[in-house]
This record gives sequence, structure tokens and C-alpha cells, in this order.
Amino acid sequence: MSGGFPIAPGWQSALSEPLRAGFGRGLLEAGRRDPRVVALCADLTESTMMNTFADEFPARFIEVGIAEQNLVTVASGLARAGKIPFTSSYAAFSPGRNWEQIKTTAALNDMPVKVVGSHTGVNVGPDGATHQMLEDLALMRVMPNMVVIAPADSVEAEKATLAIAENGKPSYLRLARDATPVFTTVDSPFEVGRAYVLREGKDVTLIGTGTMTFELLVATEFLAAQGIDAELVHAPTLKPFDEETVLESVAKTGLAVTAEEAQIAGGLGGVVAELLTAKLPRFLLRLGIEDRYGESGAPRQMLEHFGLTGEHLAGRVGEFVRSRHAAVRA
Amino acid sequence: MTVEMVTAPRARRQLSVQELEEQARQIRVSIIKMLAIAKSGHSAGPLGMAEILTVLYFAAMRHDPADPEWSERDTFFLSNGHTAPVLYAALAHSGYFPVEELSTLRQLGSRLQGHPERTALPGLENTSGPLGSGLSQAAGYAYATQVIDHQLDRFTFVCMGDGELNEGNIWEAAMFAAKYKLGRLIGIVDRNYIQIDGLTEDVMPLDDLRAKWESFGWHVLEVDGNNVSELLGAINQSKAVAQKPSVILAYTIPGKGVPFMEYDYKWHGKPPSARQAEVALGSLQPLEAELLRAEVEA
Repeated sequence: MSGGFPIAPGWQSALSEPLRAGFGRGLLEAGRRDPRVVALCADLTESTMMNTFADEFPARFIEVGIAEQNLVTVASGLARAGKIPFTSSYAAFSPGRNWEQIKTTAALNDMPVKVVGSHTGVNVGPDGATHQMLEDLALMRVMPNMVVIAPADSVEAEKATLAIAENGKPSYLRLARDATPVFTTVDSPFEVGRAYVLREGKDVTLIGTGTMTFELLVATEFLAAQGIDAELVHAPTLKPFDEETVLESVAKTGLAVTAEEAQIAGGLGGVVAELLTAKLPRFLLRLGIEDRYGESGAPRQMLEHFGLTGEHLAGRVGEFVRSRHAAVRA
Repeated sequence: MTVEMVTAPRARRQLSVQELEEQARQIRVSIIKMLAIAKSGHSAGPLGMAEILTVLYFAAMRHDPADPEWSERDTFFLSNGHTAPVLYAALAHSGYFPVEELSTLRQLGSRLQGHPERTALPGLENTSGPLGSGLSQAAGYAYATQVIDHQLDRFTFVCMGDGELNEGNIWEAAMFAAKYKLGRLIGIVDRNYIQIDGLTEDVMPLDDLRAKWESFGWHVLEVDGNNVSELLGAINQSKAVAQKPSVILAYTIPGKGVPFMEYDYKWHGKPPSARQAEVALGSLQPLEAELLRAEVEA
């Protein structure tokens, strides 16, 4: 493990907690620190864990009902009046339904509206494809002025919430419904725009974002058993992207793999493909959702079905590394 | 073209009805000139809204062109952003920037973007163009000032087109403002009965608009939107309604002041040619002569 990024001891059997729980704690703390912080929800207050903030600051909590377009545009007006508005809903609806309003009234307008999208990825599970947001990273990353963050676990989600409360920029925070392992610690660093090397290795660079970083961490152990020494980079911020850390790692290992619980087109896979094509042409394997929609199933079952557990990821990465090495030898 | 400053910031001299009408005429002249120079942009809506913007910037709103971010100002949100020329003209004539700058409309590097961009020009409260979002932005602002900060002497104004009431976002905002009793929020609908594809009642019928807004919990007033006295009276009445947001249905003549444009929806989205602009300015100038005569006689 890299000394720079402490990982929880015994992370292999870490306790699980949903990312949104970390968001709830972070929002409450941000509200205590700064009276300008306000929160808006579209009829999903408990589900997005805004309820503790709503209980403590009733006058600064605004229920807009099932109206996602209004959610972010009201937030834009609040921001114009000097507030720091956090909006939350399921990501399928915000930014899924209100993308143009976010672009025009928050991003182009350069207002520090915080769009918090919960229930991303296939781990949403039984609700099925309509509620499994897989396109949000691509949608939000393409917007100038927008900051895009996909924390790895609830501890990092809390830090990310506090960070975007203070960054003065329109920002997107990606959350998930299901409880996922907490492997970062309160001492792990988090800075908007930074990526971190979680494990050093020499054969291949694995780049993860959101909940997939943990699965990649698991994958590094399976890969080690196959004799592959993988380096793991955690990139919670997709925009602005930490090009330097990724380029340095890929320059060393010569191969890159990305993993995300999102469409590989335009998301993290897109970021890294664009970066490597322009600055360091190397073979890249993009893992995630490959141009299809989700479906109903139990959360863990879904990850297995889509090949996104640590073990499945290791299988794909192992094949990739071996085929590249074979090609080089041939 | 030079125009005398007619407002004294924060301690405005009250303008007479005639002076306001003259101000609206000057704004129309500016609109025609800027559109003809830009060779693109919308004519009918901005011309029809000249009295609305005049009354807001020269009579109803507390604001300071020398200090656009003044913390005690009333605010104006333009929701139908395509009518930017009338807002730019009102801002320039009230002293936010030189009137000469109006001729840069829609040109590369201009602060006067085709649709208003807040970050480009001091004095703008919002970025708009895609329809339906301005009422929400204004409602958010009013919520902050009225409900959170208790600045009860600050009013938030928002102008909407009637065609844009087709947008669902407007009605989401209408429910929101009524729920939170945003009495300091005053909406004005430019009811000119036209939109791009034709008459509003043909494209997507809006009437009975009064009944719609009332059923959403708003205080509704109806005025001749080209009559400054009626507009001012309605705004003053709206300010007195504390427990509900108010909306003024301002019936205007699209293309008002330029006879060949009046009532014709085909002028919604196009500018006059140089020749047409000359004719238009010709129609707008006689008023000036009339006013001069009246002044001399008085």
C-alpha cells in the first residue's frame, strides 16, 4: 500500500454503508459550519439522507415536490441571492431529467448549485433500468464549469460534500443506494481534482472511480495471485481530472484499465481514453456498462451479472494484460 | 445617440407618466437600431415589452446602476431571454452601461449576448434563453430574501412570455411560489398572443390564464401592458399582497410602435432590414415631435 493514502486495516472485511449516509453527515456538518448552506429535495428526503439537515435547519430545507426542473432552477435563484444550495434526488431524475436547466442556470450561469444524484449504477438493484443511472458521468462531465465527483465510499462522500460546500462552483456529487464497503479512513486524503495511488505496481494501471475502486482493490489481490502486479489509482474527481497522476502511472506500467459503474462511453473510460490518445498512447481496457441498460436483480447479483465484482474485473484485466504481453512478444 | 440619465440611483426622481412614455419610446428606438445593426434577433416581443421594462427600471424597482450588486436592491429576472434587446436597452438607458454599447448586440466579444448571460454583463440577474426557468430562478431568489433572510422590503420581479407558459417548469415554479407564500415575488406575463409557430391559442391554448394562475394560488391582475399607468398601478397593488405571489397579465401588442410589425407573429424572431428599420424609426419619431409640441404649448 502507498503510504500516502491510508486504507482501513482489514479492508477486505470492511463494514458497509451507503455513500448517501456519508453525504447526509457531510451536509449536516456543512450546514453547521456555514449558514449559507441550504438544501432542496424533490420528495426523496430520507432516501437521499437529507433528513438530518432538514430536522436541524427546517428554514433552510426546501421541499419542492416531484419537480426536478424546478429543483435546480430554484437552487440557481437561491445561489444568486448568496446561498449555497444542495439539491438531491435520484440521479435518473436529476441530472437525468433536468440537464438543460442545470447547464443554463447553474453551469453557464456559473452559480454554485450542488447537484447530488443518488441511486447511480446497477447496484440500485430491483428497481430496474429506469432507476439505474448510468449516463450521469458522461452528461455532467461534458458541461463547462461543472465539477464532477464520484466518491468511493461513505467516508469519502462526507469529505466530498464538505469540499463542494466550499468550492464556489457548480458541482455534481454521485451517490449510490446500496451499502458498499468502507475502505478509506478519516485520514485518507481528499482534495477536489486529485487522484490517488492506493497500491503501487508495475504491470498495469487500474483506474477506478466511485464504488468500483473498492472492487479494483479486491481485483489487485486476485491479479497478484495470477502473478500480475497492478497499480491502483483512485480518481474520485472526474472533472477537473488529475491528468498528472494517471499519466505518471501509465507511463510506468504501459497499460491502463478503467472501471466504473456507469456507461464506459463518456465516463471515466472516456476521460482516460481522451487523455491517453492525446498525451500518451497506450492500450486501454474500459470496464463498466457497455452500451446497454440495466435490469432488475439483487444489488450484488447485478455486479456479478455485469462483471463488475473484484473477481470478475480481475479476470478481464488478467486476459488484457496477458494478451498485450503476448502481442509484444510476438 | 446620447440619452440623459433620468434616474438618480437610490433616490429616484419620480417620473411623470409622459416622461415614462417618452422613455419607452426611446427604448423602442434603441431596439430597432440594435436589431438592424445586429441583423438578427427578435423584434415583436421586445417592442411590445418596452413599457413593462420602462416601468420596472424607471419607476417601480429600487436599484442602483452604479452598484449592480447593491445588497438592498429589487431584482429583475428575465425568463423569456430572447427578448434581451428590451432588457439591454432598459439597462443602458437607466445607466448600467453606455447606450452606444447597444450597437454591439450579438457581435463577437460583446457583453450583449444574443440571449442574456449573467456572467457577461453587470446588471443581469440570470442567464436565460431556454424557456421556462426564469420563474423558478426568481422564486429561489425571493425565497432566500423573504423566507430565509427576512428582507421584506426587497421585491423580486420576473417577466415571462406567454408562449413560454407551455413549459411545465413554469407551473412547477407556480406551485412552489404559492406553497411558500412568496408575496415579494411579482411575475409579469407578456400576454401578446403570439409565439414562433403562430397564435398562442392555435399552438397550445393558454386561456383561461387568469383562472389557471388563480387556481395555482396566485393573486392575478390584468392590465394593458402598453399603458405605464396601469402597469405601475398593478405593481403597487401586487406589492401590497403579502401572503401570495402576484402575477400581472400584461396584454401587449407585439411589435408595438411599428405599424408593419404590430400583431404579426412573423416578426417574433426576425430583425428589420436596414430599409425596414428606417421606416420603423420613421413611425417612432413623430411621437417625439408631438411631445416637443406639447412641451412648447405648456
